[in-house]
Amino acid sequence: MDYNLMREFADSCGLLGMVLFFAGCVAFALRPGGHSQAHEAAHIPFKDD
Amino acid sequence: MKFGTEIVFLGLFAFGALVAAGFGVDEPFRQHMWVLFFAVAGFNAMLMRNTDFKPAVPIDPAAYMDGPIRYGAIATVFWGVVGMLVGVVIALQLAFPHLNIEPWFNFGRLRPLHTSGVIFAFGGNALLCTSMYVVQRTSRARLFGGNLAWFVFWGYQLFIVMAATGYLLGITEGREYAEPEWYVDIWLTIVWVAYLILFLGTILKRKEPHIYVANWFYLSFIITIAMLHVVNNLSMPVSFLGSKSYSAFSGVQDALTQWWYGHNAVGFFLTAGFLGMMYYFVPKQANRPVYSYRLSIIHFWALIFLYIWAGPHHLHYTALPDWAQTLGMVFSIMLWMPSWGGMINGLMTLSGAWDKLRTDPIIRMMVAAVAFYGMSTFEGPIMSIKTVNSLSHYTDWTIGHVHSGALGWVGMISFGAIYYMVPKLWNRERIYSLRLVAWHFWLATLGIVVYAAVMWVSGIMQGLMWREYDEQGFLVYSFAETVAAIHPYYVMRAAGGAMYLAGMLIMAWNITMTIRGYRREEDPMPGSIAALQPARSGARKWA
Repeated sequence: MDYNLMREFADSCGLLGMVLFFAGCVAFALRPGGHSQAHEAAHIPFKDD
Repeated sequence: MKFGTEIVFLGLFAFGALVAAGFGVDEPFRQHMWVLFFAVAGFNAMLMRNTDFKPAVPIDPAAYMDGPIRYGAIATVFWGVVGMLVGVVIALQLAFPHLNIEPWFNFGRLRPLHTSGVIFAFGGNALLCTSMYVVQRTSRARLFGGNLAWFVFWGYQLFIVMAATGYLLGITEGREYAEPEWYVDIWLTIVWVAYLILFLGTILKRKEPHIYVANWFYLSFIITIAMLHVVNNLSMPVSFLGSKSYSAFSGVQDALTQWWYGHNAVGFFLTAGFLGMMYYFVPKQANRPVYSYRLSIIHFWALIFLYIWAGPHHLHYTALPDWAQTLGMVFSIMLWMPSWGGMINGLMTLSGAWDKLRTDPIIRMMVAAVAFYGMSTFEGPIMSIKTVNSLSHYTDWTIGHVHSGALGWVGMISFGAIYYMVPKLWNRERIYSLRLVAWHFWLATLGIVVYAAVMWVSGIMQGLMWREYDEQGFLVYSFAETVAAIHPYYVMRAAGGAMYLAGMLIMAWNITMTIRGYRREEDPMPGSIAALQPARSGARKWA
């Protein structure tokens, strides 16, 4: 096991997979209609004490 | 019987330590096992004095479990004082070498005691207790697993004691921020897995459908630290009754593993965990929700995806291949975006409530923390650029950078969280004295400014002196000349650290008095009582 593992990972579909996953996360957070849910989630700390 | 099983197990554990103390193959290991024996046996004696045979009082499953959090808050303050005191001592040792007392208290042994003391003992306890506090209140569920939280708390304290005493005895793996030897590492792994089960179990039994973003950050911190700790500490002990082990990796692979660990200890222990703190305690203290919840989600994913690749920037111009160095540098620069996104999110939470900065020293502390987070995550990427790094690396600039992050961001946000939590945990109306909080704030802030500014000057001077050539190609300065040149800065640095420590001592006093139930009679903070506003002539009146 050496640092070339990292290189092989990046050269293969690993990098692409991670980029797509990340883009998906951002798109999901910004999806239309997510605003009200985000608003609700932001108020969770104030429900209790 | 209360604590029945625990007492039996601890008795066996203490006996095992005693056997190891007898059969250990090297002297430091035998001494360390004596420490373990007295720590475990002493704790067991305490349990035996508190046991009784009355039937157990039924526990209300709806009530929050705050006992371990109270202990954790006290431990945070206690280890903070210890860790920062050792920091001032080693700063003075650098300035005045006569203060090195052999063999236990020389710089080489005290330095890891300081770094582990402030990062893992102070910071770790702050993360432990705030995560248990936040996860219960945002999940509206009691901590999972009965006494598991107590095991995590006391198990972690045992790890701290074993790590700290090991350094003083000269037992070390020589890996920065991962100095404890193999047997202490195994113990931490057990405690950490228990912590993961505790946290994950509480999230799984939550009554709130959504997992609040602070818990995402805490969970990523727990999982990543488990992974980093296990991989970086893969090693083979020379003897199962000895204190020495050898790493599974060698050469540059070992260096890369170490700095993959080291930088992510900064990224996930000192950043992600404390961001979890920010996303709960800043909104609570400001009494308004986070500026943008969706930005916080993007902040989270961007941070997770980028941080893990930044480690190689610690190994610029080494045997590490060039592409790996460049990879580390590029990812470090990209980290700018999520870091500043998070900073803006934290700061803007106060939009519309900026007046609180004047009246509430606790919010002032939190805002200063977030501002220092922004500053040190601005400085870090710059220092990771190879050309800058060729000047800054191995100089005091690095030390200054670490401290602006650690004292400014980690320290201040933890202070803010503890000041918020302690009156609530002990049912006090408010902290003992708000004015002492203001004193703490100013001492800490000025201390950091002195420390960081002095280290910039001495670090850049050091770097420039090291690379100075004359026209014939000879180095102009010998190493000893650079050491002599930075002496005044070392004295000033110790003074900055002492100011920060003085603030911490004030906090310890303030927290102690709050817990004991006192309240200092004092004038309210200026501006906190609304003054009568004279009617402005131009003001429009509505009928």
